[in-house]
Order: sequence, then structure tokens, then C-alpha cells
Amino acid sequence: MSVGVKGWVWTFGLRELAAGLAVTLRYFFKPNITVQYPEERTPLSPRFRGEHALRRDENGAERCVACKLCEAVCPAQAIFIAIDPNSTAEKRLTSVYDIDNAKCIYCGYCQEACPVDAIVLGPNFEFFAETRDGLVSNKQRLLGNYERWKDKIDANLAADARYR
Amino acid sequence: MTELNQLIQNQGLALLGPQWWPLVWTLVWTLIKIILLITPVMILVSYYTLAERKVIGYMQVRYGPNRAGFWGILQPFADAIKLFCKETLIPQGAKRAVFFLAPALTLVPALLMWAVIPFSPELILADINVGILYVLAISSIGVYGVLMSGWSSNSRFAFLGSMRSAGQMISYEVSLGFTLIPVILLSGSLSLKDIVNAQQDMWNIIPLLPMFVIYFISGVAETNRSPFDLPEAEAELVAGYFTDYSAMSFGLFFLGEYANMILVCFLGSLMFLGGWLPPIGLLSFIPGIVWLAIKAGFLMFVFLWIRATFPRYRYDQLMRLGWKIFLPISLTWVFLTAVGLHLFGKV
Repeated sequence: MSVGVKGWVWTFGLRELAAGLAVTLRYFFKPNITVQYPEERTPLSPRFRGEHALRRDENGAERCVACKLCEAVCPAQAIFIAIDPNSTAEKRLTSVYDIDNAKCIYCGYCQEACPVDAIVLGPNFEFFAETRDGLVSNKQRLLGNYERWKDKIDANLAADARYR
Repeated sequence: MTELNQLIQNQGLALLGPQWWPLVWTLVWTLIKIILLITPVMILVSYYTLAERKVIGYMQVRYGPNRAGFWGILQPFADAIKLFCKETLIPQGAKRAVFFLAPALTLVPALLMWAVIPFSPELILADINVGILYVLAISSIGVYGVLMSGWSSNSRFAFLGSMRSAGQMISYEVSLGFTLIPVILLSGSLSLKDIVNAQQDMWNIIPLLPMFVIYFISGVAETNRSPFDLPEAEAELVAGYFTDYSAMSFGLFFLGEYANMILVCFLGSLMFLGGWLPPIGLLSFIPGIVWLAIKAGFLMFVFLWIRATFPRYRYDQLMRLGWKIFLPISLTWVFLTAVGLHLFGKV
């Protein structure tokens, strides 16, 4: 049988169409790969960069020393810090530490810049606000985030420590 | 049943008198029959939309809708409630009367055709002797709804979509009609009931397999389904002729399209796959309507299967396929069938 006749028969026998249909039918019976999100979750890397948290040290004091390196390095200029006027040479504290989540690009530079490992990006990505103001995290909220995600954040930092 | 009928007749006669009662009774009885036919069709249509999303979902290795009720079983109702609650927007510069007439003109012919579809030898609303001619005639009216919607929306997307759609529907109606002629020749009747009964010994698909394939592909094109869904090619035309329709006016187009698809499947199984006849005599204990449902259901699945598989045609390819390939082949087959019937002395 010459190539021309063979091709003609294949064309009019809808061979290519049948092959395509066979592929989709095979996939029809394959198990689905969808992750049913609220019930099922995909695993998160220890390096996942989610909502920010301000850490405390083992005595419960704030780690942040108001050096403003995070504010300087932030490419989106999402961080605003004011120094507590009562700070002493031994203990510098912040009076205001605001992160605008609407501006933040979750690059993690603040975490990299921080000399005392105070600001970290936690594993939480499920947060929202109904107003623009609600998207600005103040110091209370950032410290609260640490309380809430303490175990997870510390475990993640420990898991990643040897690569730093 | 007979007593109940007698009771109704007697009461009606007493109430309205012999002059008015027969007329009223005819109207009421017809209305009841229409409702009994349309309701299952509409339920079938709404669940066909769910089936489509499910089948395509599973072919793409995902679930499809599964939140509304168990396995997404209430999804069609959720969609319907949403469509009914939304506001119907009227575009600026639209011709209002035509704009609202168009969706009705798409849905009504799609439902009208169901009148002559025999679900079993007894279950048929209107057993007219030119059933197939009726179906072809009514299906042509569907083009008007498309044209009117495109023209009245005052939008170039809708206009282009309706032009394409009208061209496509007219082109493929020709080959669709020609594929049915060999069937009519073989059975020697235009009545759908007789056509099915003529397939007692051999389903029409055996001598007319190429015709069945062309019928099905033309049916896909006729109902503007993928891979021939050029009228609503969303990359170019947003949604084609119903771009400017919203809420239930859009829903009517949607229902019309799906009712047409299901009708093409039912017609295909009646004309080629032996309708309510079982494949072998042994299986005749299963009621005919079940066989018809199985056959039509398979064709409906193929509709969705095709949609999940093939990419969209280009418009010139579509026209070439319709006029240069399907039309000559179906015409040749009409000729061959006629010659064959003449030679073997059936006519």
C-alpha cells in the first residue's frame, strides 16, 4: 500500500481524532490530582514567606533593637519604625513598628537584614482585611503573630539555620 | 385510570356543557402532556451542564463542581437561582423588543422539536408522519434567534459572532439534512416511529456508518459546540452572539444550546442506532426507553468528550470541511444508497 493511499485511509478513518480521544479517555479514569484546599493542604517549605511576626527572646522581652535596617532594606518601603524615646544605651526599643501588608512583597529582605532575628516571615498565608487600614500590621499584631505561630516559626528557623 | 377519566369527563360536561367542554379538555390535556414532556427535558438539560463540567473536569484530572450538595448534585439549582436573581442588563442602543425576543426564539424551537421525538413506541407527544421533516424545519428557525441577538445587542462582538454562527449553522444544516436522506430512503418513511421500526433487523449505522459520523460531526457544528464553537470563540469574540446578554436572558440561550445538543443525540440514536430497539433480541426484557437513554447518553458523553479533546477550528477550515468534504461525501452516499436499493430491488 502506497503512502498516499495509507494517508488517505487514515485521514478518512479519523485516526488522529481517535488517538486524541483515547488520550482524554485514559485521563478520564486516572485519579484526580486536585488538592481540596480548605480540607487538604499542600506541604509548606520551612523557608515559606508568609505573614510577618516579631519575635521575643527566651525571657519574653522584645528582640527588636530599633536599628531600622529592615526599614532601610525594604524595597517596597512597607515598614515604618519609631524609636521609643525612653530607650537607653543598653536597651533600645521601638514605640511604633508598622508593616503595610498592602505594600509588602514578601521578599524576606527584612528577615535577612535583621541582626537579632527579630522580624521573621511566618508560615501563615491566610489573613485578610476589609479595609486598607486593616492591612497595616502594628506592633501588637506582629508580636501576637509570634505568639500564635511560635512553634512553627521556631521550628522553621531551626530547620533552616544550618544553611545560613 | 379509566374511572378517573370518566369522572373528569362527566364533571366537565356538567360544568361547561357539551359546547365548550371538548375544546377546553383538549387544551388542558395537551398542556398537561407538554408539561410532562418539557419538565424532564429541562431537568435533563440542567443536569447535562453539570455532567459537562464533571466530565471535562475528570478528563483534566480535576473534580469539577463538588461543593453544592453531595458530588455537586445541587449545582444546576445553584446556577439557576443565580441566573434568576441577577439583573438583566440592556445595552445602550440595543433594540429592546428584538433583544428580548432573540433568546426566546433560540429556546422555543429547541423545545418544539421534542414534540415529535418518540421515546418508545407509545411514548410520543405528536406522532406526525413527517416527523423528520418537522425537526429539520424547526431547527432552521434557531438561526433567527442567533441573528437577532447579534444584531440587536449593538455590539461588534455579538454581531461578528452571530454572522459566523448563522453561516456555520446554515452550512452544516445542509450536510446534516443530506445525511438523513439515506436513512429515509432505507426506511421509506419520514415518520420517526417508522424509521426506528424499519431498523428491526439491522441498525442503520451498519450500512450508513460514514453517514452517522458525518451526522454527528455536523450535529456538533450545528449546535455550535467545541471544536466548532467559533461563534463564541472567547479569545476573539468574548462570548459571541450572547456577549451582551445577562441573567436569565443569557440562561435561555444556554438552555436552548443544551436542549439542541441533547436533541441531536436523541435524533442520532433514533435515526442510526435503532432508537428503543435492543442490540440483540435477548435483551428485549429491558424497556425500550432505557435503551434509548443509554444510546443517547453515550452520544451526549461523546459530545463532552470531544469538547475536552479537540482544539477549535479556524473559520475557513470549518467552511472547507462543511462544503468541500461533508457535502460531497453525503451526496455520494445518498446516490449510492439509492442505487443499492434499486439494484437489490427494495424499491
